[in-house]
Amino acid sequence: MANEVVLLDTFFSMFGMRARLALAEKGIEYEHKDENLEDKSALLLEMNPVHKKIPVLIHNGKPICESLIIVQYIDEVWKDKSPLLPSDPYQKAQARFWADFVDKKVYDAGSRLWTTKGDELERAKKDFIEALKLLEAELGDKPYFGGENFGFGDVALITYSSWFYSYETCGNFSVEEHCPKLMEWVKRCMEKESVSKSLADPKKIYDSILFFKKKYGVE
Amino acid sequence: MEKNNKNNKENVKVVGFWVSPFVHRVRWALKMKGIKKYEYIEEDIYNKSSLLSEINPVYGKVPVLVHNGKPLSESSIILEYIDQVWNDDFAPPLLPRDPYQRAQTRFWAKFADQKVLESAWMVLCSEGEKQERAVKEATEALEKLEEKLKSGNSIFFGGDTIGYLDLMIGFVSYLYPVWEEVASVKILDALKFPALVAWQSNFLNHELIAGEYLPPRAEAVAYFRWRRSELIPVYNRMY
Repeated sequence: MANEVVLLDTFFSMFGMRARLALAEKGIEYEHKDENLEDKSALLLEMNPVHKKIPVLIHNGKPICESLIIVQYIDEVWKDKSPLLPSDPYQKAQARFWADFVDKKVYDAGSRLWTTKGDELERAKKDFIEALKLLEAELGDKPYFGGENFGFGDVALITYSSWFYSYETCGNFSVEEHCPKLMEWVKRCMEKESVSKSLADPKKIYDSILFFKKKYGVE
Repeated sequence: MEKNNKNNKENVKVVGFWVSPFVHRVRWALKMKGIKKYEYIEEDIYNKSSLLSEINPVYGKVPVLVHNGKPLSESSIILEYIDQVWNDDFAPPLLPRDPYQRAQTRFWAKFADQKVLESAWMVLCSEGEKQERAVKEATEALEKLEEKLKSGNSIFFGGDTIGYLDLMIGFVSYLYPVWEEVASVKILDALKFPALVAWQSNFLNHELIAGEYLPPRAEAVAYFRWRRSELIPVYNRMY
């Protein structure tokens, strides 16, 4: 059966990176299409009419949207290699819980770190560090959030690490200073080829942020 | 021999709040799986107990499912857990088995919470121009849901019978009208949303749902009137 896989993406998106990472972990060949979010393609609008956002995974012509849903789909279809979610129901639920926590708490605070200033920025910094500390506590002494093996929770959070440089520069703080164990985990993950090739260059991401800050008047 | 006794239904606890749609989802899911005997603990979310901070240290919210002493929070995650654990001839599947259908189901469940519920909540907690904007967003969200239901060619989101998605969207059948009444608006009307309005009635009349766990309407109206009065000034400052 032909297995045609296309990913609609944009380089700096931590959500797109998750899809890239899951595909890499499973060794899946796919066509990567870079979208210009200022000028969205007809394909993107057709494949994600509800949100018009990336990433979109198109598998044999059928679209799947929302990064964590895409990762779960990839894990369920290509289930014989590198399982990302545990089979135990409780552990699976825990992995989903922490991935969801990343999107609820880290994303929101992170966005405020580069789009606000003054008191709001200080609040964003506090919220961001608090969220990372909770994650660091959850990691504990395990090598990965998935335990001995890299898993769903790791996929959910590691892509944000490419944005740490931007967050730190805008907020004038260091993640390493507050969460040294988490940074050790980041380094451990980056040793995996699937991770290092899926994450965008932090400096290039920062350049994009500077561009957006100027464009939308957030100085 | 009691069915499903290997999973020990007696070790199920649910911590909830009477009017929370997130809690109702969990209770319906357990009911669909044939789990009726469990401990239900009503939590006063405005005066939280130490139990809640113990079993949900991250968010301190309801619902929390405690199964064999292990707690789980976030309703969508709880429902998937319930579906995985109780899974045999007596416990019909909540989610489809096909990975693509599962992905679609999860997508629409997320849409229901992030767009349909969020926008309706904003309508409830705003007035004037802000409310007008919120009504527009709520209408747009419902339009997409209406289209989704129509395209499925079946009376429920889950097909011929209710499934995970119907449970997740369930609040539209009984809370949406309450919020509309409190906010003095009418968005979900039969002319614009014939499929959704039919679904509301089919869902509420389904033998598995049929008024079970639903808050009495007058009390729900009084509760949300109070929430609206408390939250309008808060949201005014924020948005």
